[in-house]
Amino acid sequence: MKQLTVISGKGGTGKTTLVGSFAVLAENKVIADCDVDAPDLHLLLHPAIQKKMEFKGLKVAVMDKSLCIECGTCAETCRFNAIASSEDLGYVVNPARCEGCDACVYTCPQEALSLQERVSGYAYLSKTKYGPMAHAQLNIAEEASGKLVTVVRENARRIAEQEGCDLILIDGAPGIGCPVIASLSGVDLALIVTEPTQSGLHDLKRILEVVAHFGVLSAVCINKYDINETVTEEIERFCREKGIKIAGNIVYDETVMKAMVAGVPVVAFETEAKTEAAEEIARMWARIEHLLHVGS
Amino acid sequence: MIISVASGKGGTGKTTVAVNLALALPNGHVQLLDCDVEEPNAHLFLYPKIKETKPVHTPVPEINYEQCDYCGKCATACEYNALVVVPQKRVLVFPGLCHGCGLCSLVCPQDAISEVPRAIGVIKKGTSGDGSIALVYGLLNIGEVRATPVIDAVKAEIDPAKTVIVDVPPGTACPVIAAVQGSDYCILVTEPTPFGLYDLKLAVAVLRVLKLPFGVVINKAGVGDRKVYEYCEKEAIPILLEIPHDKRIARCYSEGVPFIKELPEWQERFAAMMKRIEEHEQ
Repeated sequence: MKQLTVISGKGGTGKTTLVGSFAVLAENKVIADCDVDAPDLHLLLHPAIQKKMEFKGLKVAVMDKSLCIECGTCAETCRFNAIASSEDLGYVVNPARCEGCDACVYTCPQEALSLQERVSGYAYLSKTKYGPMAHAQLNIAEEASGKLVTVVRENARRIAEQEGCDLILIDGAPGIGCPVIASLSGVDLALIVTEPTQSGLHDLKRILEVVAHFGVLSAVCINKYDINETVTEEIERFCREKGIKIAGNIVYDETVMKAMVAGVPVVAFETEAKTEAAEEIARMWARIEHLLHVGS
Repeated sequence: MIISVASGKGGTGKTTVAVNLALALPNGHVQLLDCDVEEPNAHLFLYPKIKETKPVHTPVPEINYEQCDYCGKCATACEYNALVVVPQKRVLVFPGLCHGCGLCSLVCPQDAISEVPRAIGVIKKGTSGDGSIALVYGLLNIGEVRATPVIDAVKAEIDPAKTVIVDVPPGTACPVIAAVQGSDYCILVTEPTPFGLYDLKLAVAVLRVLKLPFGVVINKAGVGDRKVYEYCEKEAIPILLEIPHDKRIARCYSEGVPFIKELPEWQERFAAMMKRIEEHEQ
């Protein structure tokens, strides 16, 4: 079984648009949306949820105000700026910043604090028109998105094993931190989607370093390559020098937006003529399959 | 006044709004903090002269083996499994799992754990090439997982004498909270598409939890559909500004040029948005 993760460094370059189309083109796969704090793939694939599971992330400190003597020891102990005092409420825990470390519970002389489990989100197993899908939604203002990514990937792997799938297709998160690293470990190929802008190039360089750091093979896709062909050439030159394959370039095509508004992957969007972007995505998918040796 | 610029979805134009807004305000009175420390971009538009680079550290435990009796209390206490005690032999520390909370050193009965700093990123301080804006941005080191300490380090540089604009990372999780907290107002940048709308709703939910006042900037107006507008109307969320889907603006962005420099009529529009935000605050 092979695993492909689609990431970008910079947000909004077209990860989900591509993964939506790959979901149509790839055979015998499980789809995994690992952008757990702002997932969008379901807006193209319309999963029918079969199973919903609670996700318990980090624990949270809970204060019993009836025991609190406002000594402030907890706030001094906390390294995460999660406990502060206000005139009307006294010391309170801010759950959005609490990392559940237990240190305040340990130092409180009144035993007014305790550590409790919290449901930080939900993981889902679903069916789509194009195959099974594992996805999740982190509750807002929560930590531990990396842990939830790992849960989604484990779910996808289990489905793939049960159903004998050859491929796990992963839609990753923007950035280079916790959820991105969790979506990279042990994959066979990272497809990095960029755009021909100075921001796109800058962010591409950083995410390529992360991918190399974890020893994962990478390939690059330049989306909307024609919005600035000078920068596209700069990106191509950079990739050539680093020995990184370009999996394909995709033209700026208004049909991509129309398909998104219709809630359909662009390669499955029915128009009078095959659109240029859809054809380029299909050609790119053939090259990616070759890189993954899925077809062999 | 501290104004954060956030979005939920990535690539909607946070940096575009933050940089152009900063440039539209009176010279010398603005500080821009780029808190997207995973992929900071504001500096690509401001050509800054960097005057100072400071490392950001997080504490990790160090074991003094002369005092350690391998009781294992540190490993039991650690919520992140960052310590494993091999009886009578070693204490394995996994810095990548450590959150730097300090509990292991608090619970150690032998006082055998001290904390040592480990570098996880840097912050850079300087001024924009034209000298008008004070810029601070952070960079998380490659392979590091936790962005929040670097974000906190950027925010520790806030200059209260200035109008502070905070460029926030995408998403709705911990780095976003760390970046927006303490703001007086938050600008949410979205695009009028189904992805933009879905992620906007998540971002709105975050700001409501944090009880921060906010308004929306619609970028790439003209593409997609009208559902973002309908949502804002229904929820009584003010639309502060619309930036059209315009080839000249896209071209400026791709070249690393703030579009306000090429299209000076936007100076007034950003200044008017700022006025509206300030009036809201009074």
